[in-house]
Amino acid sequence: MAEAHPVGFQWVMEAKRRGAKVFHVDPRFTRTSAVADTYLPIRAGTDIALLGGVVRYILDNELDFREYVLAYTNAATIVSERFEDTEDGDGFFSGFDPETGSYVQDSWQYEGHESDSGSGHTAKERDSAAGLRHESHGAQVSGKTQRDETLQHPRCVYQILKRHFARYTPEMVERVCGIPREKFLELAQAWTENSGRERTGCLIYSVGWTQHSVGVQYIRTGAIIQLLLGNMGRPGGGVLALRGHASIQGSTDIPTLFNLLPGYLPMPHHADHRTFDEWVDSIRHPGQKGFWGNSRAYAASLLKAYWGEKATPENDFCYGYMPRMTGDHGTYQQVLNMIDGKIKGYFLLGQNPAVGSAHGRAQRLGMANLDWLVVRDLFMIESATFWKNGPEVATGEIVPEQCRTEVFFLPAASHVEKEGTFTQTQRLLQWREKALDPPNDARSELWFFYHLGLRLREKLADSDHPRDRALLDLAWDYPTHGQHAEPSAEAVLREINGYDVTTGRPLASFAEAKDDGSTAVGCWIYTGVYADGVNQAARRKSRHEQDWVAAEWGWAWPANRRTLYNRASADPQGRPWSERKRYVWWDSEAGEWTGHDVPDFEKTKPPSYRPPQGASGPEALAGDDAFVMQGDGKGWLYAPSGVLDGPLPTHYEPAESPMRNPLYGQQSNPMRKVYDHPVNSVNPSPPQEHSQVFPYVFTVSRLTEHHTAGGMSRMVRPLAELQPEMFVEVSPELAAEAGVAHLGWAHLISGRAVIEAKVLVTDRLTPLRVDGRVIHQLWLPYHFGFEGMVTGDSANDLFGITLDPNVLIQESKIGTCDVRPGRRPTGPALLDLVEEYRRRAGIVPGRRPPMVTTEVRHPAGPSDDGPRENPE
Amino acid sequence: MIPDVNSLYGPLDPAPDAGWSAAGPRMGFFTDTSVCIGCKACEVACKEWNAVPDSGFDLLGMSYDNTGALTANSWRHVAFIEQPLPAGHRTPPFAGNPTGGSVSAASAAVAAGTGNPTGTQPGVPPGAPSAAARMTGGVPADVLGAPTRAVTANGAGSMPADGAPAGSAAGNGAATTNGAQFLGMPGAQPPGRGSGAESRTDFRWLMMSDVCKHCTHAACLDVCPTGSLFRTEFGTVVVQEDICNGCGYCISACPYGVIDQRKDDGRAWKCTLCYDRLGAGMTPACAQACPTESIQYGPLDELRERAAQRVAALHERGVPEARLYGHDPTDGVGGDGAFFLLLDQPEVYGLPPDPVVTTRDLPRMYKRAGLAALAMAAAAVAAFVGGSS
Amino acid sequence: MGLRTFIEGWPVYRQLTGTDPLGRGAAAQSGRSAGLTARTETADSMARSVCPYCAVGCGQRVFVKDGQVTQIEGDPDSPISRGRLCPKGSASKSLVTSPLRQTKVRYRRPFATEWEDLELDVAVDMIADRILAARAETWEDVDDEGRPLNRTLGISSLGGATLDNEENYLIKKLFTAMGALQIENQARI
Repeated sequence: MAEAHPVGFQWVMEAKRRGAKVFHVDPRFTRTSAVADTYLPIRAGTDIALLGGVVRYILDNELDFREYVLAYTNAATIVSERFEDTEDGDGFFSGFDPETGSYVQDSWQYEGHESDSGSGHTAKERDSAAGLRHESHGAQVSGKTQRDETLQHPRCVYQILKRHFARYTPEMVERVCGIPREKFLELAQAWTENSGRERTGCLIYSVGWTQHSVGVQYIRTGAIIQLLLGNMGRPGGGVLALRGHASIQGSTDIPTLFNLLPGYLPMPHHADHRTFDEWVDSIRHPGQKGFWGNSRAYAASLLKAYWGEKATPENDFCYGYMPRMTGDHGTYQQVLNMIDGKIKGYFLLGQNPAVGSAHGRAQRLGMANLDWLVVRDLFMIESATFWKNGPEVATGEIVPEQCRTEVFFLPAASHVEKEGTFTQTQRLLQWREKALDPPNDARSELWFFYHLGLRLREKLADSDHPRDRALLDLAWDYPTHGQHAEPSAEAVLREINGYDVTTGRPLASFAEAKDDGSTAVGCWIYTGVYADGVNQAARRKSRHEQDWVAAEWGWAWPANRRTLYNRASADPQGRPWSERKRYVWWDSEAGEWTGHDVPDFEKTKPPSYRPPQGASGPEALAGDDAFVMQGDGKGWLYAPSGVLDGPLPTHYEPAESPMRNPLYGQQSNPMRKVYDHPVNSVNPSPPQEHSQVFPYVFTVSRLTEHHTAGGMSRMVRPLAELQPEMFVEVSPELAAEAGVAHLGWAHLISGRAVIEAKVLVTDRLTPLRVDGRVIHQLWLPYHFGFEGMVTGDSANDLFGITLDPNVLIQESKIGTCDVRPGRRPTGPALLDLVEEYRRRAGIVPGRRPPMVTTEVRHPAGPSDDGPRENPE
Repeated sequence: MIPDVNSLYGPLDPAPDAGWSAAGPRMGFFTDTSVCIGCKACEVACKEWNAVPDSGFDLLGMSYDNTGALTANSWRHVAFIEQPLPAGHRTPPFAGNPTGGSVSAASAAVAAGTGNPTGTQPGVPPGAPSAAARMTGGVPADVLGAPTRAVTANGAGSMPADGAPAGSAAGNGAATTNGAQFLGMPGAQPPGRGSGAESRTDFRWLMMSDVCKHCTHAACLDVCPTGSLFRTEFGTVVVQEDICNGCGYCISACPYGVIDQRKDDGRAWKCTLCYDRLGAGMTPACAQACPTESIQYGPLDELRERAAQRVAALHERGVPEARLYGHDPTDGVGGDGAFFLLLDQPEVYGLPPDPVVTTRDLPRMYKRAGLAALAMAAAAVAAFVGGSS
Repeated sequence: MGLRTFIEGWPVYRQLTGTDPLGRGAAAQSGRSAGLTARTETADSMARSVCPYCAVGCGQRVFVKDGQVTQIEGDPDSPISRGRLCPKGSASKSLVTSPLRQTKVRYRRPFATEWEDLELDVAVDMIADRILAARAETWEDVDDEGRPLNRTLGISSLGGATLDNEENYLIKKLFTAMGALQIENQARI
């Protein structure tokens, strides 16, 4: 956190000053470790084993905050008798279908609700990254559940959890993670001792956690701990995701993602969402508790915002215009399709995949095989110049004279040259005032897309082709100002907020959204940001003039609420758990919820409220159902649906690992998304043979001095000089073993690429003893590329493409490689070197390693012509 | 006005002494390195405000320090020190982690779950020197005096030849076995470490943002022949760029080696404590940016009080190594306007342990020079008198 | 300047007659030094902004003088950042004023080895034509079973996460109406 979010880290230092203990877990000793109380070096890719160990420690010693757990989580809920745990399936839950490589989730459901699992097969949900939908709410589940408040029922969640993590002992943590048990116990003790009624503990992760083939389950494990310890919805608690980009939260809320529409509404699927009703019902889950019950109004209002007066209840608000998904249309699938010549044009909007995405070579080869490419950026980034200066030009794979891609570089406006809102990592929208006009041809994205839309409509004005109706009927009329006719960002924000179609009055809350076409709402979770016609995101009341919650600085979704699920900061009767940790509580005299924050509960619903028979939606939430967006009103220790690769987190090895999974026969996440494409490959891992060809583990992350793919730091003098060269950090032990020298050169080889870097030999990296052997890890910054004031090879070139099944995010935090001293070869010799390694490792590009490994625990004889056939 | 007896040495409030009769409290920096996270915001904020040019694009290999030192082009400098030492109050970061080479190829293979020969084609032939060397890692460069890699490369036979390693690895072996001071030369050990992959459990990473000390007795100022260097009403020491003629006297005078000449314009440059911002009642750029309040700006008296409390608090929390540097008005420079809380000896951070103002002996020298001058004058007068008669 | 003023401005005169007999302070202050002010004080305008790097959301104050950004520093009012900025945030002025910044449209025609110039308006027009051509060529009305698809898989987009919410909103709205489904963002990466 000190490394990548230094200013946010001031609050950790503040807490430390007041006596908080800070633990830091990282494969590399960073600036955060330097000031932490305890640093735990960990083998990359084993976080579930570590956190699972903490879960076991809590349950074994009965250190959970029992009153909280009983009232607010699904610990007491009984699960179907058909459910089988990974303990019984050698790493598989019940319901795995080897045909599709995915789970049927029926058996994971709550008792009596086995048919609730929706579509049955989850392969489709994997392709559409359906897990992302749950960023703001839980998945479908019935509101009525069977519970055992004594937590003794063998199939209640509490007991299932206990069994599932029974083998995650301190000894196992040591064996898997390389963390000595004493240190693990220090962490577990401190965490539990600092949680409960009087104290809270906070879990902070950076979104490198998402970049694993089990990324979502990492975060689930953290959430389980925080729920067990009563740390959710309370001040000083929570799971804080440190997102890495100014408005990356906004980019999922108002997504430019293939599978989502604003406010986490799903993009329609051709088979499941043929009609408006099918689509809406798949979101609102009729009969379920909670606020998603109103989603028909959110959906209708979005379409109303898109197609204006053309959208009517009679024509299902132009739902017929919506494009439909048929499968995986994610960025990595796109790149492979580019290589295959299926994609004509590509827009890059302030993004540099040639450096920032996994498998840089695939990215660049894809871009070299387009009809046209539009790059909008502040600088001449690698993704704009790959045809000229890319590493593939040196190897002869891209020849400028033969590269057909037509490239448009359009200069972009900087953050001070346009106005608009960013949504920061705690869901807070902050409006930026414009300081000055952009120079020369530089323009905002708002300008570009608005005028592009006008141009397209102009060109199609006479078209009678049905496919052009959606464009021509689009509500595309925003006020403009200035010499370049810049569209008004405030007008767009007002549409995002939503308004009454007849009066034009901006809505104050999403509760006002209607499904009859009388309201238009661009993003229902943002409703309120323009309440009373005032840009609430532009509020900047000084911190000196308000309390510590600072509710009048910017605006947080939903409803300007700063801490989600804050009903849980009070006990079931509505009283603060403790005076020290008072946050939101029930004022029985006034008959309403009150406190420091906007209560995350219906304001006047008393704690004693019990829903009437047959109620659904918000009405069905009892007065102590604190998790109001969940179908059963409870925080989920166990996820009966929604998480595709298991109701509980399970340790799987990364897709590339030097280790056999010490816990299960199943080596890696059986549901991970893989691509059988000739450009892609995966280094062998046990039980496959030849994993020794790539004996070292590498991991990548950020330096304080640089930003992501470097486009905003390698081009900036005072930053470029602070970290002027690509380097690799190795321990003295590895340096001796690999024969590399401090400040000398080394090159790293994976099955995809070879890159070179200067060597920093440092005690901050350490070998780990894991399962009886020593594992060496090395660390690389991923900021470097071939353009800018300072240049270097790109670490992301080393990675192949393997994705988390829930959200289709790539595993780019861990891979295996070899390290050799000296500079890498250049030209065609570079390709020969990679080929040589591939041959020795038995890699056949395009052929994936086995997905199921429970049967091949002890591989047969020595004869092997490469990876085993996939048993699927 | 008569100069203070301590004008050149000893405790003094420098601004009134320099003629600022209406001066406010003396302002300065307290840099608390115990909360520094080494982010270098101070370096950048300083450069942005003061338009300081870059100081070069070199990877120095001194941990994360690629600035190197305070120079005319770096008025804040963050030092990074990696030490295999205990951090007192903390759990040893690497307790329980292995050191030395890894286990044998055979056991690694077992652990990897193969447990069988890996086949000869494709794959690494079992028992091949390359595989053994690779998996055991038990042939450290400093034992053989030759890089492991050479063995591997030859053994495998199919590897392309490497360019640099042989020379550099041999070189590093020599460097590390001597346990010599880090000279920026390639080696298999981190800078400052002794020979071999010795056992290590303790580790700490010190960071410290260094800056001009704005001494009470500033030799740079005292020797400046042009009046370019002057004492401001805030008690700080500033080079006036419109006056400086680049004579360079100040550079050798500075006991800390802070002030420096800029190559392209020849003038001397250093931290001004953001004299222009101070005039507007603002905080210096570095202190304003500092995320963790490692750099604190304020009236020196208050800062000294706060620093004393902080040291006491750290001692109480089991950090006995915490100490102040440059806070004492009776030290060789009369105390610094920018002082520090350190976690080790000053030398570790590249600071002189006992700096003394280089003009300390000036009064005595002036006195002697003055007597001599008087004698000369008397002689001259006598000559004139004699001449007219 | 009168003689008197001239003499009074003379450091040695000030040294001998003033409060600074050693000539190391008030007497040595140059005219430039005496006239120094923080350029934030004399800026034409100040915009309250937000740092464009990570997602902490630190407040920034952007000072502009004569149409140039002259300083960007932390906003002390912000309850998030309390006026502080990391090295990246502190380098924001250098980011927006970097000499490497590309402010003119550049165009690389197929098989070319160099960039060439292009008018912005022409570029937008050419891009619009290419979008329509790609749509026409790759449009899918229905799937095998006659269920609507309404889309093109011939166009892709990948956005960074320094896009404003308002920009993302218009991008998604326009692309969706175009039938372009393959819109992605750093949020996936």
